[in-house]
Amino acid sequence: MALGDVVNDGLGGLSHNVITGRLEDLVNWSRSRSSWPATFGLACCAIEMMASGAAHYDIARFGMEVFRASPRQADIMIVAGRVSQKMAPVLRQVYDQMMEPKWVISMGVCASSGGMFNNYAIVQGVDQIVPVDVYAPGCPPTPETLIHAIETLHTKIEQGEIMRRRGQTGAGASIHVEEIPAGSVPVLLGRQPHD
Amino acid sequence: MTMIADEGAQELRPRSELTARELLREVGSVLRLSEAEAAKLGDLPEDPDEDQTMIINMGPSHPSTHGVLRLMLELQGETVLRCKPIIGYLHTGMEKTGEQLTFMQGGTNVTRMDYASPLNNELVFSMATEKLLGIDGDIPERAQWMRMLLSELNRMSSHLLFMATNGMDLGAVSMMIYGWREREEVLRFFQKVTGLRMNHNFVRPGGLAADLPPGWRDDVLRILDLLPERLEEYDILMTGQPIWRERLQGVGVITPNEALALGGTRPILRSTGVEWDLRRHDPYLRYDEVEFDIIVGSYGDAFDRYAIRLNEIRESMRIVRQILDRMPEGDYRIQDKKVTPPPRARIDESMEALIHHFKIFTEGFKVPEGEVYVAIESPRGEIGCYIASDGSPTPYRMHVRAPSFVNIQCLPHMMRGGLVADAVAVISSVDPVLGEVDR
Amino acid sequence: MTDTPEAQSEDATEEAEASISEPEMLGCPMTESRGQIVLHVARDRYVEVAKQLADEGYAMCVDLTAVDYLKHMDRELPTSVIGERFEIVVNLLDITHSRRIRLRTQVPEADATIATLFDLYPGTEAMEREVFDMFGISFEGHPDPSRILMPEDWNGYPLRKDFQVGTIPVQFKGAAS
Repeated sequence: MALGDVVNDGLGGLSHNVITGRLEDLVNWSRSRSSWPATFGLACCAIEMMASGAAHYDIARFGMEVFRASPRQADIMIVAGRVSQKMAPVLRQVYDQMMEPKWVISMGVCASSGGMFNNYAIVQGVDQIVPVDVYAPGCPPTPETLIHAIETLHTKIEQGEIMRRRGQTGAGASIHVEEIPAGSVPVLLGRQPHD
Repeated sequence: MTMIADEGAQELRPRSELTARELLREVGSVLRLSEAEAAKLGDLPEDPDEDQTMIINMGPSHPSTHGVLRLMLELQGETVLRCKPIIGYLHTGMEKTGEQLTFMQGGTNVTRMDYASPLNNELVFSMATEKLLGIDGDIPERAQWMRMLLSELNRMSSHLLFMATNGMDLGAVSMMIYGWREREEVLRFFQKVTGLRMNHNFVRPGGLAADLPPGWRDDVLRILDLLPERLEEYDILMTGQPIWRERLQGVGVITPNEALALGGTRPILRSTGVEWDLRRHDPYLRYDEVEFDIIVGSYGDAFDRYAIRLNEIRESMRIVRQILDRMPEGDYRIQDKKVTPPPRARIDESMEALIHHFKIFTEGFKVPEGEVYVAIESPRGEIGCYIASDGSPTPYRMHVRAPSFVNIQCLPHMMRGGLVADAVAVISSVDPVLGEVDR
Repeated sequence: MTDTPEAQSEDATEEAEASISEPEMLGCPMTESRGQIVLHVARDRYVEVAKQLADEGYAMCVDLTAVDYLKHMDRELPTSVIGERFEIVVNLLDITHSRRIRLRTQVPEADATIATLFDLYPGTEAMEREVFDMFGISFEGHPDPSRILMPEDWNGYPLRKDFQVGTIPVQFKGAAS
């Protein structure tokens, strides 16, 4: 695809100055590169999420520095932190207010499965309330893990796989990523046009 | 139409006429509505009369980064009359979980309460356990100094978080990025020492989990060299700037009596002029051997609280420099076989060491019966741990006195009479961490 | 014990020794726990003693919490204090003299109420609500007795010893089975 030429060589790689492609691909491409997160920063993971939005682990380079407080304007809901009994209906309400297409990243073990708090007060996994697309493990996940999760989601959005999976099961994509331990230098994940 | 929230809202006497106690007693400027009643109010038609007050809801999911705090504000126009903080959206049952975990594992639980300064949580839990065990006088010198070093660095990173969020709440969004840039330096050091950037579980009963790695002095010196000039930048960006001053000066004023009555500690109490710091007046670790100043405000407003925290970073740096010079050699953990597992290398050699290690980590060590309350100075106030033990390896009752839980009670008082925009500034100046509020 | 005169006089001297050796403060037995002063206050004198301490200078109530001693009823207490199921623990702080004191009050399960300290220390408002939420102990005179941490329609009092933790058995995927 001509877009691959642009990614690899910049505009000089174009053999002609008209790019053709499918509209669906273009829409997916733009969606993946400019998805705005609705933060649901609840607990310790919220601090790491803010750290990944800060200068060192900058997720602005992936188009996500704009944390929209209003769910109407957001695409990805990053559930960062433990969800308590009182918070569960609020979570569902915010999720319902988001416009399609919307995706959910469950950040941290408390959101993914209840974490170390296997008790009366914490919902054991946010997937009991909202369909989750990517689970990022860690307590809290290092910013590298979160970026890995975001990039996985972006790749899947770009390829349209997530929409397809949703259509089949009606649930989230349920992709589990591996935890990346924190390094002293941030991991720069390159954009692979074909994963 | 009778509104349940009436409670004499029109007959509020002017503040100057009341003493602190009366002010708090007279319906205490706190909205006495249950959540169910407040939900019903939303269905009532709006009265076009100007004197009608309006109750609006702020949160729990709002862009201020302090977590899931919900405020119900009773407004008259733009002025806040009353405010009720509604918490519990992050209740994790940590005190119940604490009863299931052994004393060695308790640190993992407690550290997630105040997640902005996790080492302080672990420290207070470990100190309470050590007091119950009776070994609090035998902790090696190096362990105490190391604990102090980590605690002060944590204070610095927590105050940098405060400055970042305070700046962002008030509109200086670039401060968010700067604050986090500084924090990364400190977190990188923590990662080198403890293995994790946050929620370290490093301070354990008896000492610490591991020794400081070689080369730690250079890392700390690098942090200390980097920060002062950046703090100067923040002074230029914020402290002297007229907009910043306008937004913070005179906002959220509280008097010393009110602060004492409400139980507010540290930034709230010290901004009113009361000089009370547990590190000086009730010293723990080795704080009586280092020199530092206690920073005290005079007006009790949000600007004082900001200035106190900014200067506390400087004081913490001063303490860290003294620790660097005076760190003694020695054990990082008490050599008491009951509490300390054997070194890992010995497990391969000796069966007793293996059994000892196994017992400590699975069953836990038994703590004698009794109850104790230990308090230290966390960046948010006085954090205390009350443990009641019945002789078993798990605490019978573990309760943490969270400073933010009590400081939030000061919120209605500070917001009263201010504007809605000031409400955000007030919350930000109290700097609550909802993890410890709800536990 | 036997009824011999020697035994009776022994009992008498034991009682006399016991009553002499038990220190008292403000009319309540005082014990020491790991170097911290603890006052065991009777429930009906609770507010009165707190008021006296507040007048003495203990200006801040640092912490108010409760303990459910259902599984540990045989805890150590002074002889004149009968242990009940619940205990309210109050920590007070005196800033001017830099000293602390702890009050422990027994609250029976059948009548789980106690007076509120809100009038003395308004800072206990949230703490008492938390105790009510977690233990079910009501505070008379509290301006807003409602749940603070759990949802308002929650049943049960989580920190009581007979309330289950609510652990869900975990099955580890990928484990060799």
